[in-house]
Amino acid sequence: MNSSLAIASIVIKELYRRKDFYVLFILTAVLTISLGSINFFNDDRIVRFVKEACLLLIWIALLTIALTTSARQIPMECESRTIFPLLAKPVSRWDVVLGKFIGCWAACGIALLVFYLFFAVISGGKEHTWPLLNYFQAAWLHWVFLAVVIAMALLGSVVFAAPSSNSTICFVVVIGILFVARHLNQVAMQEPEPLSSVIYTFYYLLPHLEFFDVRDLIIHGAALIPWGPWALASLYGMAYALLFLMVGWVAFRRKALN
Amino acid sequence: MSSPPLILAFLISTCFSLACLLQAHSDKWFPPKTHSGSMVQILFGDARRMFANQLFVKADIYYHNGYYPSLFDQARKPAHQEVADATHAGGGNEEEHAHEHEKEMDFLGGPKNWIDRFGRNFFASEHSHLEKPGAERELLPWLRLSAEMDPHRIETYTVTGFWLRTRLKKIKEAEEFLREGWRANPDSYAILIELGRLYYQDLRDPERARNLWELALKKWVQQEEGKQNADIFSYEQIVAHLADLEEREGNLEKAIGYLEKLVPISPDRPTVEKHLLERKEQLRQRVRQ
Repeated sequence: MNSSLAIASIVIKELYRRKDFYVLFILTAVLTISLGSINFFNDDRIVRFVKEACLLLIWIALLTIALTTSARQIPMECESRTIFPLLAKPVSRWDVVLGKFIGCWAACGIALLVFYLFFAVISGGKEHTWPLLNYFQAAWLHWVFLAVVIAMALLGSVVFAAPSSNSTICFVVVIGILFVARHLNQVAMQEPEPLSSVIYTFYYLLPHLEFFDVRDLIIHGAALIPWGPWALASLYGMAYALLFLMVGWVAFRRKALN
Repeated sequence: MSSPPLILAFLISTCFSLACLLQAHSDKWFPPKTHSGSMVQILFGDARRMFANQLFVKADIYYHNGYYPSLFDQARKPAHQEVADATHAGGGNEEEHAHEHEKEMDFLGGPKNWIDRFGRNFFASEHSHLEKPGAERELLPWLRLSAEMDPHRIETYTVTGFWLRTRLKKIKEAEEFLREGWRANPDSYAILIELGRLYYQDLRDPERARNLWELALKKWVQQEEGKQNADIFSYEQIVAHLADLEEREGNLEKAIGYLEKLVPISPDRPTVEKHLLERKEQLRQRVRQ
């Protein structure tokens, strides 16, 4: 575990040395503030529009950070051949996978915290209400979502040839799941057999990432999500993240590093 | 002998000279369109109409606090835009309409499986409307953007005008926006109806309201009379408003004239007929005096 944490700390350092986070944060802030300053019919209390835009930008930025950071971790080590001295130490391949995952997840967690603080300040400043528990629930679910995405990208980094193709494929898959997964059962009902059963199988097997996207509840000021389902969703996400990590580890064990 | 900066300067000056020469003839080769179009038109072309509709739907989503049928739900059952429907309030039996709407918005039905049941904790899954006073302001950005995208989408102006003047009490802004819509759509009787309402109900200016509604009636006759699927609802609104205005202004003869036009098209015919008889009686009494 100690070696995993040591690897994780290097990944975190890498994030704050790279420019990705700063650029995306500044872009999000500039766009949100610009949108917030638009005057619609001389009404300065319009807030949901700004909240929606800000949350969308946060989701895009964090997805980009998570995918680009995690997709290049293992290929970069292999390419620069630093994987050999790393594995020559008493560090197992599982430690490497776990360390990379913890590092990417923690780094994304730090970025997420900064983004949500910015969101809370912007929306609180305009709305004059501070539903901090709602924000906490949303940010936590977002973080769990990132855990699944990072684990998926780490698995992809072992399977696919290049980080760019891995990021693109993961991006398409994640966006596809977010938009379609909830409705697959409706599609399945309208299709004839055996297609219906195939779609249903996908429906039950896919990680339902849409559980973690509670932006609409935040934008429209809905009540808190019941804590029971919230905790279950967290467990559901962590189970999928662990599953992807395990599969990634198995694939990494069989992978020839040279 | 030939240095690169000199060649570059020569090429730039040649290009510039050529551009000046061609510019002089460009109007002949590519005649300018009468409406040059805004940046939005240039960027989006005809796709902007699709975006305008989507932005209008977005306002409806906000009106329902995020509870709205997805594309998949709509494929089974098309959605009805209530943000626009609210402007027609009073046009029929409201209780019946509310019941119909409630039924229509029950697009989710019961949970189909555990994922569906569990997933409903994480998105707006109960039908509601904007309730807090002034919360309707949240619709405005989408309506404004919809109008920017498609200035010929008349419903955007009438709906925005309705919310601005009735719930948000922004009469000046409503008037400006409706006038903007009128400028973009000079033949629209719907915008004139809404503008007339603004003058009559909010600015207490019956003279201007009369002019606007009479113009709306003229436009309606020009565009709709004789059509198989004529917009009877708007005609009913114009005539009813004019009848009410003339009655309040004491022009009973004119009011009776409009009421007579209203009787055959009104959904509440007995009430209008009774009202017409009362006004006729009132006029008779006035003549006797």
